[in-house]
This record gives sequence, structure tokens and C-alpha cells, in this order.
Amino acid sequence: MRKFLIAACIAVLLVGCKSTDTQSPAPIEEPAPGSAAAAAGGATGGATTSGVTTSGISGAPMAGGLGPELKDPKNILSKRTIYFDYDSFVVKDEYRAQVEAHAKYLQTHRPANVTLQGHTDERGSREYNIALGQKRADAVKQLMRVLGATEIQIETVSFGKEKPKAGGHDESAWAQNRRVEIIYVGE
Amino acid sequence: MLLCLLRLVRFLLPFVALSLLAAAPARAQLDIDIIGGAGTLTPIAVVPFENENAWPLGVSGIVGADLVRSGLFKLVDYAGIVPRPARAEDVRVDDWRARGADAVVVGSMRAQGDGRVEVRFALIDAVKGKQLAAMTYTVPPAQFRATAHRIADVIYEALTGDVGVFSTRIAYIAKLGPRYQLLVAEADGYNAQIIVTSNEPLLSPAWSPDGTRIAYVSLENRKPVVYVQSLETGRRQVLANFRGSNSAPAWSPDSRRLAVTLTKDGGSQLFLINADGTGVQRLLSSPGIDTEANFTPDGKSILFTSDRGGTPQVYRLTLGSNAVERMTFEGGYNVSPRATPDGKGFVFVRRDGGRFQLAIQDFATRQVQVLTSGPQDESPSVSPNSRLILYAAEQGGRGILAAVSSDGRVKQRLVAPATDVREPAWGPLPR
Repeated sequence: MRKFLIAACIAVLLVGCKSTDTQSPAPIEEPAPGSAAAAAGGATGGATTSGVTTSGISGAPMAGGLGPELKDPKNILSKRTIYFDYDSFVVKDEYRAQVEAHAKYLQTHRPANVTLQGHTDERGSREYNIALGQKRADAVKQLMRVLGATEIQIETVSFGKEKPKAGGHDESAWAQNRRVEIIYVGE
Repeated sequence: MLLCLLRLVRFLLPFVALSLLAAAPARAQLDIDIIGGAGTLTPIAVVPFENENAWPLGVSGIVGADLVRSGLFKLVDYAGIVPRPARAEDVRVDDWRARGADAVVVGSMRAQGDGRVEVRFALIDAVKGKQLAAMTYTVPPAQFRATAHRIADVIYEALTGDVGVFSTRIAYIAKLGPRYQLLVAEADGYNAQIIVTSNEPLLSPAWSPDGTRIAYVSLENRKPVVYVQSLETGRRQVLANFRGSNSAPAWSPDSRRLAVTLTKDGGSQLFLINADGTGVQRLLSSPGIDTEANFTPDGKSILFTSDRGGTPQVYRLTLGSNAVERMTFEGGYNVSPRATPDGKGFVFVRRDGGRFQLAIQDFATRQVQVLTSGPQDESPSVSPNSRLILYAAEQGGRGILAAVSSDGRVKQRLVAPATDVREPAWGPLPR
């Protein structure tokens, strides 16, 4: 039963990826059964669900597959992070070529999809920072759309201040944390 | 005005499994330091209950600790009064008045044949020499803590005229290394029970006003998704997993719907959604960010944060008319509004220079009072009697929980050793 539910979730998640207005029909997840599952580690709770999601994401069928150029350190497509100024949502000129390269890749590889993950520095409200990170991801998406990617290829999400890249509490750390990461679905 | 730095209690209790997880003790036990008190503390004597030491966990000690933690009482020493009174009629008020006590609590415990224990207590006004309250409870030893909290609530209510919140629960997020936990504990930090564990961040826990469920945001799906989890069964359900980000859940007072922030139609915008994830409907359309919804207790309006005016400020949406009114004007960053349950105003976070502080604003007078000094105070949650505000702060580079009274006079720290704690949410009064 549980496997069925998980499979159902994955199916729904995959379908959900493509449409703009659907959501999973509220799958009910059972609590992990007892100590064995709990002992299995970071696993449960997260385990139950992150198991679902991880396989959902990594198992997503990529028609055509992703090109090796995306990982080639010599190719601009391997550059995946765009940094922002404090309190700013403007994609700086220095990142324009990078954003353009990804937009063109999406234009010439229509089955490819990206998630743009917005992040903020650690200052301020957690929930408001989710919205700020979203605004940054949306700004990158806007530019990618103008440069040739389609709406359906890009999902913008935000982690707010929850996943800092640098652990410090000063401007040099904050500057590394105000960012948008480009992640190809299926990577 | 640091009256005392009182380390109250510190011992581990056996962990009780609640739901999603079982086994493994909860490490995030909270210790409470009271770091400032009200101007005048009411002196009260809590006499150890008769026969109390027949059980390892007594009752009177918890009652006394609860009263002290409220920041309104100080305990009067009972040593040397022989015999110790156990019933109202045994109390010689002169003894206690001589020690400066305004009130005396006495009680007794007696084993019943069925394993349960009869717990009796009486509260005596030592000045007027009359009994203010008396109750008898027959409970299994597993409910001693709950019984003690209930007794403290009765005493608090009799002496202050206000509802006590010692029987309530709190939820919060703990970060242990790479692991995130959502915990539910008694209001004094005891009996912390893990209800969700994840390797990815958890945030924004919100109690349903009926106390049966907690909504929260999890990033385990590599994006923010809102879940609603039953506290009784541990089952959870996806509330909002739309394309984009799903965040900032806030319950309506009738526990039937939630306001959430969704980006599915572009931008961070407010939506209403039924508690089972159906019937999503957009609340507002704004060109900027709208988020951090919070219902006023009458359910007729929603406070929220918006940058529509250029900087993040608190606004109020009146449901029905859809009128939007700006509430905060001082400073360039006012966020995280939380209506106080008494309906009189709201608590929010303001930035002053680089410091994030809690403040409270009155709806009628619009007067703002700054409650804390920061520097990293966030995520306020108001107690059901509107007297205390629980919030997240930083100390020595890690997250702690803290509480401040709504008049700013009483301050407490709740510290979980070696753990980062944040995102507190005060649960409703038990039904």
C-alpha cells in the first residue's frame, strides 16, 4: 500500500512538474512505523518524504537527455550561480552572458527544464526572505524568457535564507548567499 | 533590571513517542532562564504536598516553577514551618504573613486502589485569610505534569484574573548538525517530542486553533511545500504543492482554512485554501511581494507583509470588502505581523539600523512599543492570553528561543544545549 502511495506521489509530482496550476491531490503519508525506521536515520519523516521526492526528481525521464556541455568546466553552461547586490533583484551585466547561454540552451533543447533556486542572506524574516529569494529567481527567469526560453521550461522556487552557501555572518558571506542557482531537472 | 538569573530545572525525562518517529530521546530539552521580572512580584508559598515524595515526580515543584516562570511571582520559603499544612484549614496565615507571603498553596496526594492518585490543592489568600480556590484531581502518575500545569493555571487565574497558559504546548524547529526537527513540547519546554525529522530545512510551524494539527513548510522536495500534520496520528497531508514556492501558512480562527503565500501565478501572493488542500482562491493581486499572512482573532481581517510601497511594511486586508490599509509607517522594514489573541493589536519585527527587534502596535491608538533589543529577534508567537511573546533570538552564534511579556518587562531565555532552535509557535489553550 505504502509503495503504491509513494509511486502515486511520484507520478503526481512528475505530472505536476509540467502544469502551472495543478497540485498533488493531497497524498496522506503514514507515520513511519516505529523505532526501526527511526533508527534508519535522517531518514524518517524527512525519510518517508525525501525518499519520495529524491527518486521523483532524479528519476524524471529526460527525453533527449542532458548534454555533456552542461558539466564541462570550460563551457559557460557549467556556471550555475548568479549573485545579487544587497536588497537587489537586478541581474547584473556580468551575469548576462551566463544567463543568455542557459536561455539559448533551453531554446535549442526544448525538452530540458530548469529550476531557478533563489536564496537570500541571513538577515530578516524567514518567510519574507522566501519571497525575496523568489523575486530574484523570477528576475532571472524573466531574462531567460526574453532570451529564448519558454515559460514551461522554468520553475522558480526560493529557499529564502535556509540554505546559505557561506556560513559566516559578515558581508563577504552574505554576498555569496544572495544568489540564484540554475539546476537542470534530471541532473 | 536583572532581578535574578534563575536556572530552574534541569533533568531529562523519558522521551515519549508521539507520531512520525518513535524511539531516541528528544535532545532539544529546553532550559528556561528568567532574565528580568515585573516591577513587583507577588510573593507566594507553594508548600510541598503531603505524601508527595511517594512518587519520583511530584507536583508542587512544577506548580512553583510555572508561577515563577510567568514573571509575576516569587516563591516564599516554607522551611521551618512545622507541621507543614496540607489542607486549607491547617494554614495559619500569621506564619505566612510574617514571611511576606500574599498567598499560600497547600495540597496532598493519595494513592487510589486503581493506580491513580488523588491530588488535592487549595489556594489561600494569606492577607485576608480566605480560600481562593480548591480542586481535586484523580490522575495516573503519567499525568502529574499536566495536573501541575492545570493547578498553576487555576492559581494564576485566581490571583491575576487572567487565563493561565501553563497547560499549553509550544512547537519549534531544532537544527542538529544537518538534521532538522519539528518538536512539540509543554509550555515549560519539557517533554519535547519530535513530530517531523528531515535532512532539509523545516520552517513556519503554525498550530490549528483547535490544537489538533500543525501546518509547516518543508524544503525536502527541493522547494517550499506546505504540509498539514495531525498531532494525534502523525499523518500528514500536502496542503500546497503548486508550481513555484508555497510558504507562510496561517490558520483561520475556525481551523477550516489557511492563508498561504503561493507563486504559481507569478510573484509571491496571498491565497486562501481549505485545510484539506482543496478550494484554493486568490485573495489579492499586488505588483510586489505579499506574504506572512496572519488572521486577526475575529477572522474578519488578515495582517500581512508587503513591499508594495517600496519597503516591507505591515498591511491589513479586510475580508469581504477587500480593503487594504497600511499599518506600519516608522522605519524601512516592518515584517512578521502576529495579531494578539485579545484583538487589541499586533506584534511585529522591525529593523532599526542593523538590529531586528520585536515591537507591539495597538490597533486603536496606533502606538508602537519596542519590546526587545535584538540584534536578531524574529518569528514572534503570542501566548493565548496575550501576555507573553515567544520568539527566536541569537546567542553566541546559535539560535535560542526567548520570551518577553507584552509590556516588555519580563524577559526569558529558553536554551536547548548544543542545539540551534528557532521558529517557535505557541499552541492554543487546551480544550
